[in-house]
Amino acid sequence: MNIYQEQILEHYKDPQNYGVLKNATHRDYALNPTCGDKVCIDMHIKKNIIQDIAFSGSGCAISQAAASMFTQKVKGITVENLTMMNKDDILKMLEIELSMNRLKCGVLVLEASHRALHNPIKL
Amino acid sequence: MQTINYKEKFPMYVAHPDLIYLDSAATSLTPQIVLDKMNDYYTQYGTNISRGVYSLCEEATTQYELVREKAAAFIHAPSDQEIIFTTGTTHSLNILAHGISPDESDMHILATAMDHHANFVPWQNRTKNFEVINIDKDYRLDLSNLAKKITSKTAVLTIPLISNVLGTINPVQKIISLAREINPQIIVVIDAAQAAPHIPIDVQKLDCDFLTFSAHKLYGPTGAGILWGKKEKLQNIRPLLTGGDMISEVSSSKTQYRNIPHKLEAGTPNIAGIIGLGAAIDFIQSIGLKKIQKNEEMLTKYALNSLRKISGLKIYGPQDANDRAGVVSFTLKNIHPHDIASILDTQYNIAVRAGNHCAMPLHIETLDIPATARISFGIYNTIEDIDTLEKGLYKVSEIFS
Ligand SMILES: Cc1ncc(COP(=O)(O)O)c(C=O)c1O
Repeated sequence: MNIYQEQILEHYKDPQNYGVLKNATHRDYALNPTCGDKVCIDMHIKKNIIQDIAFSGSGCAISQAAASMFTQKVKGITVENLTMMNKDDILKMLEIELSMNRLKCGVLVLEASHRALHNPIKL
Repeated sequence: MQTINYKEKFPMYVAHPDLIYLDSAATSLTPQIVLDKMNDYYTQYGTNISRGVYSLCEEATTQYELVREKAAAFIHAPSDQEIIFTTGTTHSLNILAHGISPDESDMHILATAMDHHANFVPWQNRTKNFEVINIDKDYRLDLSNLAKKITSKTAVLTIPLISNVLGTINPVQKIISLAREINPQIIVVIDAAQAAPHIPIDVQKLDCDFLTFSAHKLYGPTGAGILWGKKEKLQNIRPLLTGGDMISEVSSSKTQYRNIPHKLEAGTPNIAGIIGLGAAIDFIQSIGLKKIQKNEEMLTKYALNSLRKISGLKIYGPQDANDRAGVVSFTLKNIHPHDIASILDTQYNIAVRAGNHCAMPLHIETLDIPATARISFGIYNTIEDIDTLEKGLYKVSEIFS
């Protein structure tokens, strides 16, 4: 299967929610050591809702497009709903099949987001 | 020059007739002749070694010990008793890092900026006094930096004979004589994991103290390898593993170890794997390393020329094809190497490696990039493989334009 679908390439070339949040309340990152992919997540959480989210980092088209699409998807949902999301949600979102090794790239944003939930910024 | 086609000797090409395998530096494909030899062990004389007096066990022991002679001849070691069977380069290097001068905790150990993690992390863990030799702009070891860092106190110098990322063939013989001039006591370790399948090795000419390589990069099986060392140096190594086969006498109050090589070979080894390694050495010798080397030089030159034509493609490694091996790492514009590898795989059936190739310090600290794509050659590769690669890379470029 060609994993470089239009949608993936578009998000890769023109990522959404890319950058950092000045008012972030939670922040963390995840790495893929075999390829050096990195996704950092900033979130602004208030009243148990992901009010705002942004990502930064670098890596392959899959990791970066997934981060772009994921941040769009989770903006406005509850902390519990974000916690419950898993790799199947990522695959459904990307609409492609990924081999075991490439799956790591796809779920990097999920890992970074879950880590960030546990990593509130101390003011 | 005509390339020789060895593909038919490798059953992987029967299962995947269109495969273009360009990742032999990670692991080479295995020829039928090696598989047959291992199958013979399991089907004809699959018993333990050294532990029985019945004839099947004698046969297993004989076949196993024969590999010691083959390996000694392969690297021109003066004695087959200096050949230690290990599970591979990583295991060998851990034996050394653990076992050299075991009572010293802060000895000065020097590695290089182009080392594989296997020749980096064990040494770094071993001492507080670990240093790294830089590489220069042409991706070679900086010999003046090396001369500066070696002192009369340096205990160990460890160098890869060939870099698994840059393809650089290090002038090891020259380096060793330079090192011994500064410090005659220095122990020199050579990581020959990438070199053994590609260039002839003579440990006596090199005058190193230890040298190691893995079977699986040499058309042999995984989980088998060689550690060679000068006899008296091996004798001084504290064993990493202790247990059966490596002892001469055990009582409740004390244990006496056997001599080398057995002292460093505790437990039942990978017998079929070692026998497979012997067959792999035979396979290589039957073709001749000089011929293999010549063919790979031709492929490397051809590949460098093909790749240089592609706009935005940057090669990391010595520019001159003459003293580099058949390993070429590159980046293409700002396209992530993972994406390059995925597209080559799914659209062209080309297997290339993407990532830091177990050389994170080199990528992050010296090359200043997180990852590269890497092609590497084995005896089955042809000019047509490289032509398809070139086509594939143009396609990659187009997808991300
Ligand atoms: C230069 C070098 N050293 C060491 C190793 C480790 O070898 P193994 O994984 O067989 O132990 C490799 C293999 O990737 C290598 O290329």
